[in-house]
Amino acid sequence: MSDVLDRMDDDTAIRNEARSKLKIIDCDIHPSLRSREDLFPFLEKRWQEHLKTYGGHIRSPFTSTTPYPRIAPLISRRDAWPPTGGPPGSDLTFMQKQHLDPYNVEFGLLQVLDLSIFSQVNLELGTALQYAINEWQYEAFQRPDPRLRASIIVGQDDPQAGVKEIERCAALGRHAQVNISPRANEPLGRRKYWPIYEAAQAANLPLGIHVGGYGGHAPTASGWPSYYNEEHHSNAQSVAAQLSSLVIEGVPERFPRLKFVFIEGGFGWVPAITWRMDQHFERFRSEVPHLRRKPSEYVKQSFWFTTQPMEEPETAEHLRQVIEWIGIDRLLFSSDYPHWDFDDPRYAFRTPLSEAERLKIFNTNARAVYRFD
Amino acid sequence: MQIDCDLHPGLEGTRTTLLPYLDDHWKEQVLTRGIDGLDLQSYPPSMPLCCRPDWRPKTGKPGSNFDQFRTQALDKFGSSHGILNVLYGAQAVHDPYMASAFCKAINDWIATDWLSRDQRLRASIVIPLQDPELAIEEIERRADDKRFVSILVLVQNEDLLGRRQYWPIWKVAERLQLPIAVHAGSQYRTAPSSIGWPSYRYEYYLAEAQAFQAQLLSLVLEGVFGKFPKLKVVLMESGVSWLPAFMWRADKTWKGVRVEVPWVEQPPSQLMREHVRLTAQPFDSPPDRDGVENLIDQIGSDRMLLFASDYPHWQFEGDAVVAPHIPPDIVRRMQTDNPLETFPRLRAN
Repeated sequence: MSDVLDRMDDDTAIRNEARSKLKIIDCDIHPSLRSREDLFPFLEKRWQEHLKTYGGHIRSPFTSTTPYPRIAPLISRRDAWPPTGGPPGSDLTFMQKQHLDPYNVEFGLLQVLDLSIFSQVNLELGTALQYAINEWQYEAFQRPDPRLRASIIVGQDDPQAGVKEIERCAALGRHAQVNISPRANEPLGRRKYWPIYEAAQAANLPLGIHVGGYGGHAPTASGWPSYYNEEHHSNAQSVAAQLSSLVIEGVPERFPRLKFVFIEGGFGWVPAITWRMDQHFERFRSEVPHLRRKPSEYVKQSFWFTTQPMEEPETAEHLRQVIEWIGIDRLLFSSDYPHWDFDDPRYAFRTPLSEAERLKIFNTNARAVYRFD
Repeated sequence: MQIDCDLHPGLEGTRTTLLPYLDDHWKEQVLTRGIDGLDLQSYPPSMPLCCRPDWRPKTGKPGSNFDQFRTQALDKFGSSHGILNVLYGAQAVHDPYMASAFCKAINDWIATDWLSRDQRLRASIVIPLQDPELAIEEIERRADDKRFVSILVLVQNEDLLGRRQYWPIWKVAERLQLPIAVHAGSQYRTAPSSIGWPSYRYEYYLAEAQAFQAQLLSLVLEGVFGKFPKLKVVLMESGVSWLPAFMWRADKTWKGVRVEVPWVEQPPSQLMREHVRLTAQPFDSPPDRDGVENLIDQIGSDRMLLFASDYPHWQFEGDAVVAPHIPPDIVRRMQTDNPLETFPRLRAN
């Protein structure tokens, strides 16, 4: 990871590379507020005052930082702090210069993590914030640079408010997907969340699920671990569990046109959870008579996976095997810019890919899922 | 020689099976309070997974008929040894003294009613993990009996197994040459993953794989294998195919953030290959031969897998104890060499 950071100094090399290479669709770019006041134009006075007085309220011990201190300030690359001040991801010009232009990014999907909107336990505040953040993403990033595409952030634990927000944004036609969190109060397959899926499907928008958030539950089956490393790894476990929740509760059966994209969960775990679902399907079939097909068929029908953090087996051939198990059509490149575990599109895949395969992973798969045409 | 590392004898109940093995205080408690029915929520006896139809006894719980057990689990598959792992709720009660009393009763019942009736049988010591001091007491009480070859804990507990509060147990285990058998099953304290409580037992069973991953990571990162270099951990009924991708990610994240755990000096995958073993039923295989062979290659060690039928749980049909397409040289190691290396007490007797 640090060797990737070092190579980033070589701006010229990146530009030369980019000129000759394909255009990239980056499915995970994190914009950031300069400060909470950036949201004030989109917030009623009441909520401005509330934020100033009480801040947000999430299930986490600290008001101003994460429960597990990250490995770098604001989880970001050391070189991603804009010279103009403000946190990484907050300066569009710098983002263009450092990331969008040199890497030839054709489209970038915005994933806003500020204020953990998915996880606000004061649902009214959450609703006000989701409106503000959805407007802010568009005004601050997408309108000035149409390569960047906003996501409709929805606090999934107030599905009614979520549906309204999806319908409001869909009518404007600006946003590229709906985003919810894999750490909700309940597993995402539960019927409570189905109105969100119904609205997303009706709007022809994919449903992006980016790792993180503070749901009602410990990161592991045996409580809270000690280290950031463990929490980081629990991200992959959370999306694997959500994949089985969505499939087994029958969401792809009920909403066959809805496309789910798991973001920043990696992808190495996908084959094993799929085999495991199939392996035990017959044994539990009488418990889930609503499933008409094998779980793996629903996975093939409805799920896509972004590539970062890239899997790094000891042997390159093993990465190739995993890609083939999942299907090359199912992977969408993501960089996670400007975070510390950023994947550089030039070096991320340590296994040979043909030009046709690169085109799929770096561009056309995402183009089809997000309907960028 | 063939060693079946994961067999489940059925325990009818606290008021029936265990009563003769309880002291007067607990006998009275059990009878006056009606303390019974501690079958683990993870394994309701009538659930299809819990007993293959042709193994289900005419009366009683799965695995509870001794003669049937012997014929079906040992004779039929030709196993020379079988390790008994009792899944009954002693490990999940909240009162640590009750847990301790029930664990003692289970272990004494197994010694008397099972181990003494067939030379081929061995067992894991069931311990009250709820209280490490009481757990150690129970291990030491039973450890002279070399037919007890490992220590059994559930994979989903009040806390992660790498935590320091459990180190005294691991120290005793290492000294007494008892590997830690971590078996699927839950105390039902926290949800099976960060996403919360799933609706279906199907999902819950699938999520055990993630519970195992969290425990492995905890054991590695807290430094248990550095502190207790001879300790072995056996993951039982955990599935196998998740292991390679899990190890890659564990290595990658460790490289990125190892400053957090400076005492971990080797890549996690190396520590796992050295200290961790898995029973190979279920395997959760890729569907084709190439897939299985690639997966075995990805595991990168011929020492990690252990032969197990998981009797009477319904994991396979007929005599196909070993999941399809596993190469013959790996199967041979699974049946004999690997268990003998993992459970040193099997070598002694």
